[in-house]
Amino acid sequence: MRPILMKGHERPLTFLKYNRDGDLLFSCAKDHTPTVWFADNGERLGTYRGHNGAVWCCDVSRDSMRLITGSADQSVKLWNVQTGEQLYSFNFGSPARAVDLAVGDKLAVITTDPFMDSPSAIHVKQISRDPSDQTGESVLTIKGPQGRINRAVWGPLNKTIISAGEDAVVRIWDSETGKLLKESDKESGHKKTITALSKSTDGSHFLTGSLDKSAKLWDARTLTLIKTYVTERPVNAVAMSPLLDHVVLGGGQDASNVTTTDHRAGKFEAKFFDKILQEEIGGVKGHFGPINALAFNPDGKSFSSGGEDGYVRLHHFDSDYFNIKI
Amino acid sequence: MADVMLMKEIETTADRLGIDLATVDLDSISLPPGQDFGIVSDDEDVLQGGDNPELDIGFGNIIIVDNLPVVPREKFDKLEGVIRKIYSQIGVIKEDGLWMPIDPETQKTLGYCFIEFNSPLEAELAREKTNGYKLDRSHIFAVNMFDEFDTFMKVPDKWAPPEFTPYTSGENLQHWLTDEKARDQFVIRAGSDTEVLWNDARQLKPEPVYKRAFWTESFVQWSPLGTYLATVHRQGAAVWGGASTFNRLMRYAHPQVKLVDFSPGERYLVTYSSHEPSNPRDANRVVINIFDVRTGKVMRDFKGSADDFAIGGTGGVAGVAWPVFRWAGGKEDKYFARIGKNIISVYETETFSLIDKKSLKVENVVDFCWSPTDPILALFVPELGDHPARVSLMQIPSKDELRQKNLFSVSDCKMYWQSNGDYLAVKVDRYTKTKKSTYTGFELFRVRERDIPIEVFELENKNDKIIAFAWEPKGHRFAVIHGDNPRPDISFYSMRSANNTDKVKKLTTLKGKQANALFWSPTGRFVILAGLKGFNGQLEFYNVDELETMATAEHFMATDIEWDPTGRYVATAVTSVHEMENGFNIWSFNGKLLYRILKDHFFQFLWRPRPPSFLSPEKEEEIAKNLKKYSKKYEAEDQDVSMLLSEQDREKRRMLKEEWEKWLNEWKRLHEEEKLERQTLRDGEVSDEEEEYEAKEVEVEEILDVSEEVLSFEE
Repeated sequence: MRPILMKGHERPLTFLKYNRDGDLLFSCAKDHTPTVWFADNGERLGTYRGHNGAVWCCDVSRDSMRLITGSADQSVKLWNVQTGEQLYSFNFGSPARAVDLAVGDKLAVITTDPFMDSPSAIHVKQISRDPSDQTGESVLTIKGPQGRINRAVWGPLNKTIISAGEDAVVRIWDSETGKLLKESDKESGHKKTITALSKSTDGSHFLTGSLDKSAKLWDARTLTLIKTYVTERPVNAVAMSPLLDHVVLGGGQDASNVTTTDHRAGKFEAKFFDKILQEEIGGVKGHFGPINALAFNPDGKSFSSGGEDGYVRLHHFDSDYFNIKI
Repeated sequence: MADVMLMKEIETTADRLGIDLATVDLDSISLPPGQDFGIVSDDEDVLQGGDNPELDIGFGNIIIVDNLPVVPREKFDKLEGVIRKIYSQIGVIKEDGLWMPIDPETQKTLGYCFIEFNSPLEAELAREKTNGYKLDRSHIFAVNMFDEFDTFMKVPDKWAPPEFTPYTSGENLQHWLTDEKARDQFVIRAGSDTEVLWNDARQLKPEPVYKRAFWTESFVQWSPLGTYLATVHRQGAAVWGGASTFNRLMRYAHPQVKLVDFSPGERYLVTYSSHEPSNPRDANRVVINIFDVRTGKVMRDFKGSADDFAIGGTGGVAGVAWPVFRWAGGKEDKYFARIGKNIISVYETETFSLIDKKSLKVENVVDFCWSPTDPILALFVPELGDHPARVSLMQIPSKDELRQKNLFSVSDCKMYWQSNGDYLAVKVDRYTKTKKSTYTGFELFRVRERDIPIEVFELENKNDKIIAFAWEPKGHRFAVIHGDNPRPDISFYSMRSANNTDKVKKLTTLKGKQANALFWSPTGRFVILAGLKGFNGQLEFYNVDELETMATAEHFMATDIEWDPTGRYVATAVTSVHEMENGFNIWSFNGKLLYRILKDHFFQFLWRPRPPSFLSPEKEEEIAKNLKKYSKKYEAEDQDVSMLLSEQDREKRRMLKEEWEKWLNEWKRLHEEEKLERQTLRDGEVSDEEEEYEAKEVEVEEILDVSEEVLSFEE
């Protein structure tokens, strides 16, 4: 499994996303241009120019026609995937942190950071089929949680919104009324900032990663805590294999401490865990900075990681990987 | 102040109430305390801004001096002058702070007086210093704190016989030694929790014994034989122990105690505290108490300024070398000693006083240490003027010098006793001829042999820097890490040689090792060559009998290594000096990693010590000879456990898998149920099989051109 190194970003990676077919990989970084790559050989297809700040998150529509990106320049932009043309820009009064398209791609959930006087918020926007009909109005705005909301995703059937962030609490909201439905338990839940959240393919469960050096698996409907994976590092990124019962955690210490320690001390490894037994099964080394983003190809046969070092590493699994026996 | 009423308003209000303002003395009105009727005083914000003023509450700063001469009026002033003179040396007496009552009938003083000082601290000091002060033969001061007087008055006049409580036998404090699986305990401190655990190496995990949050305020410490666990609190120290759990057995009051130390036989506990002086120019005030562990009684206390205790040695708290008092070896706890300026004070525990009522005079002594088993002191005196430096062995209590060795051009000296007290190694750093650098040699004392022969021992390359030195416990070998390059060499030597020529024999040298510390197994034979700190936790498990490496391993960033008291297991720990990797690993003696536990904010790992074995050396040898016979039983047990373990493991996995299946089925069911709804959300797109991907190769045939040609057919 010789990884393909993809050097296209000048600054640390923030997010990675495969399209549904698994042939395209979208990457976001703190430089201002989201990039699309061939997921097979790592060739760069193109960039989306227009943002004026770090891009924190993106999502791509089911038909791979539209890309939505959230940026620290206080805007969320819609793009034509094929041409790279900017279709629309939602403007906010504070940096956008997370974006997620709903089933059917008619709605998008966007979170914004606390900034100046405004607290953090979750916004729901209508996405029109025809970009000329697109408006910037919010269908719903939810406020309440303290601190940044690092991720917000749609629950099953778009009925709920699942959010997680700096206050270490996972929350489920009603996507119609904005009412808080469920909150994760303080005792069993995360103890520090939740940095990552990744849904299973069928949306039935999701994995959260936190700076408390653990990742947790939750039921998306009942918010029942199912599994906990404990590691030695703060977790910045998580991903679940769609094929095998594996989860991958990536992380490392704070970027500000990286220079003070040995590269081994940093342990910038993507750690594989058995999803059911919660045991570590292996690790993939290579980055020389903490891992900030992880994504599995929807076919489960490759995954990519993005690091603070500015590289995207694309790993195609060897055949032995599919025969691991514990 | 906007709220201030105008005088006019006051007058009208007074009129209305029918009060003649002229008759009211405004100054005599005082408001109830804490009430200002909304009128803010000009002084108030001044008070609120600063700290609350110190109030003279109680009589803590007043002392009563008793047993004064009874004098008539004429001599009153003279006596007062004398008292003033004595007490104003100690503290500042308040104005009108000295009051000597006079008997109205006899017009004579009553033989006592009250003195009020500026602060309770001064009063305390005055009481301490002058209680028992001899003014003359018949007038010996009895000084008491005023606050304590009540308690003294309450003492009943009639003596009542104390009630005898019937004897109840205590718990077996050494119950942990009777563990069926012969496991060892250890204590760990992480975050606010302190936990005692069994090291269950067979099960590859620790088994909890007792856990408590905020058990101690700074650290915990086992007593040397493992009976007690000492905790440290603001009010004093406490010891814990018991058969099944940890109960508090005794408390030792000592405010702000900082350090504790047990005597080797754990009969006595030494506690230490250091207090900020009231006058910042003075050194800290040091209080040391020696308690009897079982009764909790203070056997002796020492008080003084930190300077008195800071002679010789280095490190410790605020310049005081800890332990201040070093105990002579052996379980009897007979002697303890401390070093002072040009003296060594040796005390004995029968009376808790100096041996022969005087300290040992040793000019310019800087360091001493006891033999771990015998009452023998090893002293080091550096060079002074014409006198050479000197190391000598002294027998206590006779104070006979057993052996002495003069040394020249010495820069520093360190003494290492072998654990049985058989040998003493003195590491001597000497100046080279140019005095610009130093080199190191050793003086080896064979303490058990007649006349204590001394051997001078130098490394082959005597310019090598010595990084570490360690005796084999209970053995005759020692190991030295030496060398100047980043990968030093390690050499092993034996004090015995084949033909008994009393010469140190070199066993082997290991070249270029990543090691800076030596950790011998408590039973000898095995040693861990560890590269801590700069070497990132390299470990090499070495067998000195066979002179071979058993295993090499790494505990990344390890800071501490400790062998269990039986020498079967080793713990390596990363304590919170680093932020990352905190936790500990347990290894078998031969370097197999058994289990690892990660804990954030990990502070301490301590094995519970075991008392020495009751078996005689002959008996031990016999057991070692027939080891096969004994070990059979344990091997069988080991196998049973490992069978059970794998069985349990399988069972656990099966359970987890089943549980997971349940979730999966539930999710599948719900997913199926929601299928239609999802379709509508997607505007009727049927393809819902997100999971099922099939890469189909589709061959498309396109007809580009059709042309007909008639070919002639020839017959």
